[in-house]
Amino acid sequence: MKLKYLKLDKIDGPLIVLSGVKQASYDEMVDIVVENKLHKKGRVVQINRDRVVIQVFEGTSGISLNNSSVAFSGTPMRIPLSKEVLGRVFNGIGDPIDQAEFYADEKFDIGGRPINPVARKYPRDYIQTGISSIDGLTTLIRGQKLPIFSGDGLPHNDVAAQIVKQAKISGDDTSNFAIVFAAMGIKHDEAEFFRKQFELSGVLNKVVMFVNLADDPIVERITTPRCALTAAEYLAFEHDMHILVIMTNMTSYAEALREISSAREEVPSRKGYPGYLYSDLASLYERAGMIKNSKGSITQIPILTMPNDDIAHPVPDLTGFITEGQIILSRELFQKNIYPPVNILPSLSRLMKDGIGEGYTRDDHPDVANQVFSAYTHVQEVRALAQVIGEEDISDLDKKYLEFGRLFESKLLNQGFDANRSIEETLNIMWEILVAIPKGELTRIKPELIDKYYKG
Amino acid sequence: MSSEISNAKIIFINGPVVKAENAESLKMREMVLIGRKKLIGEVVSVENENATIQVYEETSGLEWGEEVISTGKALSVKLGPGILSNIFDGIERPLERISETGSAFIPEGIGLISIDMDKLWDAHITVKTGDYLEEGSVYATVQETSMILHKLMVPPKARGKVVFAEKDGSYNIEHTVVRLVNEDGDEIPLRLYQEWPVRTARPVKSKKAIEKPLVTGQRVIDTFFPLAKGGTAAIPGGFGTGKTITQHQLAKWSDADMIVYIGCGERGNEMTEVLEDFPKIIDPRSNKSLMERTVLIANTSNMPVAAREASIYTGITIAEYYRDMGYHIAIMADSTSRWAEALREISGRLEEMPAEEGYPAYLPSRLAQFYERAAYVETLGSEEGSITIIGAVSPAGGDFSEPVTQNTKRVVSTFLALDKALAYARHYPAINWHNSYSGYVSVLKEWYEENIAENMMELRAKMLSILQEERKLLEIVKLVGEDILPDDQRLILEISKVIKVGYLQQNAYHKDDANVSLNKQYKMLTVIDTLYEAANKCIKEGMPISKIKNEDLFYKIITMKYKVSEENLELLEQLMKEITEYYSSLERTYKKGGAQNEAEISEA
Repeated sequence: MKLKYLKLDKIDGPLIVLSGVKQASYDEMVDIVVENKLHKKGRVVQINRDRVVIQVFEGTSGISLNNSSVAFSGTPMRIPLSKEVLGRVFNGIGDPIDQAEFYADEKFDIGGRPINPVARKYPRDYIQTGISSIDGLTTLIRGQKLPIFSGDGLPHNDVAAQIVKQAKISGDDTSNFAIVFAAMGIKHDEAEFFRKQFELSGVLNKVVMFVNLADDPIVERITTPRCALTAAEYLAFEHDMHILVIMTNMTSYAEALREISSAREEVPSRKGYPGYLYSDLASLYERAGMIKNSKGSITQIPILTMPNDDIAHPVPDLTGFITEGQIILSRELFQKNIYPPVNILPSLSRLMKDGIGEGYTRDDHPDVANQVFSAYTHVQEVRALAQVIGEEDISDLDKKYLEFGRLFESKLLNQGFDANRSIEETLNIMWEILVAIPKGELTRIKPELIDKYYKG
Repeated sequence: MSSEISNAKIIFINGPVVKAENAESLKMREMVLIGRKKLIGEVVSVENENATIQVYEETSGLEWGEEVISTGKALSVKLGPGILSNIFDGIERPLERISETGSAFIPEGIGLISIDMDKLWDAHITVKTGDYLEEGSVYATVQETSMILHKLMVPPKARGKVVFAEKDGSYNIEHTVVRLVNEDGDEIPLRLYQEWPVRTARPVKSKKAIEKPLVTGQRVIDTFFPLAKGGTAAIPGGFGTGKTITQHQLAKWSDADMIVYIGCGERGNEMTEVLEDFPKIIDPRSNKSLMERTVLIANTSNMPVAAREASIYTGITIAEYYRDMGYHIAIMADSTSRWAEALREISGRLEEMPAEEGYPAYLPSRLAQFYERAAYVETLGSEEGSITIIGAVSPAGGDFSEPVTQNTKRVVSTFLALDKALAYARHYPAINWHNSYSGYVSVLKEWYEENIAENMMELRAKMLSILQEERKLLEIVKLVGEDILPDDQRLILEISKVIKVGYLQQNAYHKDDANVSLNKQYKMLTVIDTLYEAANKCIKEGMPISKIKNEDLFYKIITMKYKVSEENLELLEQLMKEITEYYSSLERTYKKGGAQNEAEISEA
């Protein structure tokens, strides 16, 4: 250990300030010893000559201006990793919390470096989730970052658990498949729900968990996803594994960021969030993908709850600009008792276009999905009209659309937690429900595909 | 590189912002190297003996007291052969070269590398000893790619008599091929490249009036909201509305000589997609791979934020250099909002007084300066060239009233508003025809009349007014349903549907629909017009809409975009004939049948 500093200038929320520091580097880790017994970790977040601002993990409570010593480590935050992480549970700074020690020879910087776009491999293989609304209309691609936008009280955890349970990568064996789970500011019972689901689907020994619960220190909430993604990168790119990363809840993460930013007295931007929220979120989401010199992949499913179901809130808004699409859950469908309540119209998978169709899923997939989108959009218009003038008075064609809307929700969307549908089943259901509207309305589907698949 | 040692030392570090003391010798906007890793930075303010520096690389690990080295020159880029078909980061460092180091990730401290200095180019020297060269005159040419002949020009402000000219041959770009001596007797060596500071616009002889369209092959743009060579355009839209796809389409199909694509704070996979797709796409005009005319500037959202701010300037400087050779360049900046946010982020770290929504007060002037670098010009070498800027804007929450959209709107002439509702209905491109506009319609009218058809712009106005009418009618339909409307108004709804589905929607992934010539666009418009006129005539004579809307005929018209390829446009003439025949026979039956039949028809 290098020099130790004994006197602090200031303690403010999660931050401590000390001066007279001879040598400190930006972003390095420090070890803080409180009253000669309690160790806390901290990170340098600002340097102004010999005055250094340190963000303390595990919280600043118990620290006084002169009961602690601070030692600088000289390196940024790193966590030990080996293949043994599978099946283990860690806290937000990578210390094991499942009553066993964890050692590894190699340590990895949790900051991560941006992937060179030249070294990326464009994701094209789809993941079959067994959920029709996702597979058929917002197809998940291996290496994609596809968040779930939800609201408080909606079954986003069930959807994520169902994806974990059913996810099947086209034409690949399951032995090199693993899950990295990052819990940020969620409640104990939610974390327990996931653990149980992993256990039930028999993947518990293939899951690495990084858990920062609602009452854990918020500074650790910032490092939780970074530790998780570092583990994911290690497994994917060093061991050629296919990693599904589930990060929940991104809204709590952003709030922690805001809390710290405000403690640092930074200039706030929208809704008090720091101006770098976009760059910060991007530094997490962009760590998904595939690279050329590795067979592995990182697929991210971040989960966030939209405060007041408002999609224009900075967190979902900025997330949507970075991620490759979004799956949006709807309160209205949930109240209609439809599970999973995916509102397909604003939902989108940007990578879908290159991973579906002939040679990937089935030749009719792009067109029939497009047709279902367009028809369901019209259903919304007709419903609005029917509310005003009554269902009796709308045109016959529109009545058929209403029927289509009903079939869409009851047959395609609503499938329950246990149904695992193959992509063929999903596509067949789509053709079945399209029979409700006249053949002439199917303008988005190529005529030869209509001849091949139309069921009317 | 002449790097003099200054005594400047780091005293403050906060993310990408670093302050140094003893920095009297550092100049404003000068490029500096920071610390042991020699991170690249730029001086953004000097106060007393302290300088504030924005750093283009990750500052993690930097210590206070480390040295700041002056380079003596402003942040500049090297301009010469080797730029095309390449991908660079925000300060013109080649990503391909960086990846050759073996890591898939971008490390910091890679130093100041730029275009390839070792590669040999076959140069043809076009001047001889004794010639007198002015600024902008060409002294050598290199066939950079099969599509672009790279002309090496005397840099601005330099002129003189040739005292040495190299023979034609293979040289690397460092090789001096021509030497000039100016009036003062100073010798000026001319190599196969020159350097230019990115924040200064390259000079031109004069800016000219805009009169030619930038043809994009996209119907909704070319017909309704045309872009102009030398003009500016903004594409605003919330996430998921298809900004990037639209930008990609323009990069693929527009009739510019060269494309500069700036991926500014966007997704890594999108840049990879361009890198994988473009080499495979064949340009319809030259039959060469599109990558041959494309240069990519990539600063993905997780790359250092200061370089994001610089990437826009790097891109436009490269564009200006090629424009000076007499080329027409289109710049896609995706997205200018990320650039503005980078400004905001750095401004926040500099603790500047924020203006609207935390953006710095100089946001509008910076935006205006950037867009002002688009123009149709006469170059110093007396060639004609142009730069068209097409900037994507990502308004927060899809709300166009935010500062970036509003300030952009004030400086651009074409505004292609992307619409969430259209995107949800998978109506692509999701350009809303009510909120979009083009300031170039009147200046381009003449060109369209001369090169396409006398009545192209009239048809455009007519179709727009039908769509306008539809908007009003839909308000009523929302309240009372369609059945209540009189038949002539229902016809407006039906024709609007044909325009929307058969014309405005364009399939970026269909071989005959991804890129459509102006000629086909005009013919398709005429088909729709024929339908409208013929059907309208029948309505006026009292025929019911149910007879007029023939499912088969309408289906044929809606799918003409797929069925008629560029090679057999005469099918569209046939379709017109079919329409006229159908309605005149309908008219005949109707007239013959008289009152008795009328009852039948209306029942049916």
